Amino acid sequence: MDLINWTRRGLIATAAASLLTGTFMTTAPAIAQTPEGVLIVGQIAEPKSLDPAAVTAVNDFRILVNLYEGLVKYAPGTLEVAPGLAESWEISEDGTEYTFHLREGVTFHDGTPFNAEAVKFNFDRMLDENHPYHNTGPFPLAFFFSAIEETVVVDDLTVTFKLNGPYAPFLSNLAYPTGLIISPAAVAQYGADVGRHPTGTGPFKFAEWRSNEAVVIEKNPDYWGDPADTEAVVFRPITDANTRVAEMLAGGIDMMVEVPPTALSQFQGEGFNIVEQAGPHLWFLILNAKEGPFADVRVRQAANYAINKEALVNNVLEGTADVAAGPTPPAFAWAYNDDLSPYPYDPEKAKALLAEAGVESTEITFYVTEGGSGMLDPIPMGTAIQADLNAVGFDVKIETYEWNTFLGEVNPGLEGKADMAEMAWMTNDPDTLPFLALRTEAWPDKGGFNSGYYSNPEVDALLEKARVSTDQEERAALYKEMQAIVQEDAPWVFVANWKQNAVTTDRVGNFSLEPSFLLQLQNVTKE
Amino acid sequence: MGSYILKRLISAVPVLFGITVIVFLIMSMIPGDPATAILGSYATPENVEKLNRDLGLDKPLVQRYFIWLENMLTGDFGRSFSLNRPVLDEILERFSATLVLAGTSFVLCAILGILAGAISAARQYGLADKLITLVVLIGISIPSFFLGMMMILIFAVKLKWLPVSGMYAIYGGGDLPDLINHLIMPASALAAVATGVVARMSRSAMLEVLRQDYIRTARAKGVRERRVLMGHALRAAMVSIIPVLGIQAGFVLSGAVYIEMVFQWPGVGRMLVDAILKRDLLLVQGGVVFVAACYVLFNIAVDVAQSLLDPRIKT
Repeated sequence: MDLINWTRRGLIATAAASLLTGTFMTTAPAIAQTPEGVLIVGQIAEPKSLDPAAVTAVNDFRILVNLYEGLVKYAPGTLEVAPGLAESWEISEDGTEYTFHLREGVTFHDGTPFNAEAVKFNFDRMLDENHPYHNTGPFPLAFFFSAIEETVVVDDLTVTFKLNGPYAPFLSNLAYPTGLIISPAAVAQYGADVGRHPTGTGPFKFAEWRSNEAVVIEKNPDYWGDPADTEAVVFRPITDANTRVAEMLAGGIDMMVEVPPTALSQFQGEGFNIVEQAGPHLWFLILNAKEGPFADVRVRQAANYAINKEALVNNVLEGTADVAAGPTPPAFAWAYNDDLSPYPYDPEKAKALLAEAGVESTEITFYVTEGGSGMLDPIPMGTAIQADLNAVGFDVKIETYEWNTFLGEVNPGLEGKADMAEMAWMTNDPDTLPFLALRTEAWPDKGGFNSGYYSNPEVDALLEKARVSTDQEERAALYKEMQAIVQEDAPWVFVANWKQNAVTTDRVGNFSLEPSFLLQLQNVTKE
Repeated sequence: MGSYILKRLISAVPVLFGITVIVFLIMSMIPGDPATAILGSYATPENVEKLNRDLGLDKPLVQRYFIWLENMLTGDFGRSFSLNRPVLDEILERFSATLVLAGTSFVLCAILGILAGAISAARQYGLADKLITLVVLIGISIPSFFLGMMMILIFAVKLKWLPVSGMYAIYGGGDLPDLINHLIMPASALAAVATGVVARMSRSAMLEVLRQDYIRTARAKGVRERRVLMGHALRAAMVSIIPVLGIQAGFVLSGAVYIEMVFQWPGVGRMLVDAILKRDLLLVQGGVVFVAACYVLFNIAVDVAQSLLDPRIKT
């Protein structure tokens, strides 16, 4: 008896004590709102590094573009190239020499001057295997600049890139985060660890990186341009999407990107703002044009007619994407062919085309991935597509792979393995995707991503020509022609263009998303 | 006793060696290589080959294993390419966070579990016993990640009593109350199942002991019931409870993987999940070996504790 009495008393006492301490401890920090002037951003993962030459993920780029600047940048709201650290530039007649005139009086966060030598250092470090700091890599995206033969310092504020041939996407590649300029002094000081001591010229400077908790950047008081409108920005990595949504609802973060479509409705009420922006993204199905049923163009077109893309973007993706018409996303406004309209959903037409091609209840293997960069909701999308195709007489067999395994299966080509595979790309120039994934010269055995073996000499010629042209209007005309041909040839099923989204609390002002998927936070305010 | 501990430690060496082989082989067998994971859409065969060369992954498997093993024996776990920092720094930092979480859960499950088991046994078939059995059953049946998500929904999103995730507040935190605040939900969610198991085992162990003659003798001598239970019975029952605790320690460590994902706790479990998805070979290998070594050491400690409590176990 004694024990029980003691235990009961003990239990009540313990419970009461823990309740008291619990409430006492929880009142202060948990309910406190995020501080004024400090923007807390929910990121999807821990950054790998904050060295612009070393990283590949959009997640990391979102931090980088606030710390660093490149010679050029994307003009706000577009994918057009605008002056950055270079005030102006000239391109030689033959398109092989790019001369940049640098902004005067710009210093890195460590106080060292930004000049032509610093620019040369940055590109040599990435491209020259004998550079003393080449060992601070690897630099996985250095091939963006593989056209550079030599970087020449003309004078302190003038730098010239000599290319090994005309290469039209060069400017937009410079605007890509891989082209952001890091302080040579910081690289010399920290070596391979410079990614943890980022030193750029941007409106924010690096303050602190607490592993897996936060990256803190603060206002750069010595910025050459308009100073930032917040005192600091905190990037919190929250890998679990449900937890990210819960943090947003509970007020632990002020802004989150890549809101899961199914969670959007929770933010439609008071207190939150939803921001959307179409980006240069394409979600498509690669069709194996080399063998099997999809070798016949009518069968490939039939697949485009058979799939209800409206239903996919509205029901599966809850309106977070638009139906794609062709291989180029509309976000590349200057190069996009407005005359194209998407293949309509027309199962009868699909059946007729299949009958014409003599294809009946043919079995096809469909590679589906579980997740991955830009893949949206690949499994529900895959099963919806399977149902649509089966309805017109295909017999679709799905094989599902984890993302990295999936890439290892798809990138070397579908021959002998599959007839169809999901894929998505986000690019920075209208050249990139078709050049790497539609040309005959881009078949997997030649080192490209044309995993479905599409080949049309006309398309090849248009893309080669567009790449060496330095006249944007001429390039635009070539890309538009290419899009019309590719849509007709249907090497892919064109499914969706993703609209990236973000949610902010109503304490956040002046925020918009960029088509480049980057997160420019310089002018954002926080009450 | 000293020689017993030494013997156990020596016997752990082949176990750890075996773990290094298994981890290395599994990581080299899973499809998808690190270069593809890093390059993503840009993984052309040419780029992949160059990056593999830069990462030192172009050497033959056996050679890579021995380079890794040799470096590790000298304390060099290599450099993580998904985090761009030394593997050992990352593991130590993350493991201390896991230790805080798993340690708290373990203490919670040990104290609450044994207490609940002891009360249950003392009041067998009574109201307290039935109530505890019911709660224990619920605790064992709910998957911890689901329990965690529900706790977040109720206590953080709706009631706003506790923070949703993380280990410290981003601003104004960093002290002990802040840590406890962040620890309450993940530690309880992680402890739930283990507490249930410990309570069940404690109950049956106690019941077993309470049936013994010497308990009856003690009661007959007029020893106070509290002393009979806590002094005589519980101490004897501990011999069968401690091995269960040892197993639960492993369970709590592995369960931390889910809980760390749900609560974004910056621990070693979440680190491993991220590292596997990114094919960060060195980080996965180093992390698994480190955790396995800790688990082996902990089990040795449990055995030693058991032999101290029960002189019948040969040392």
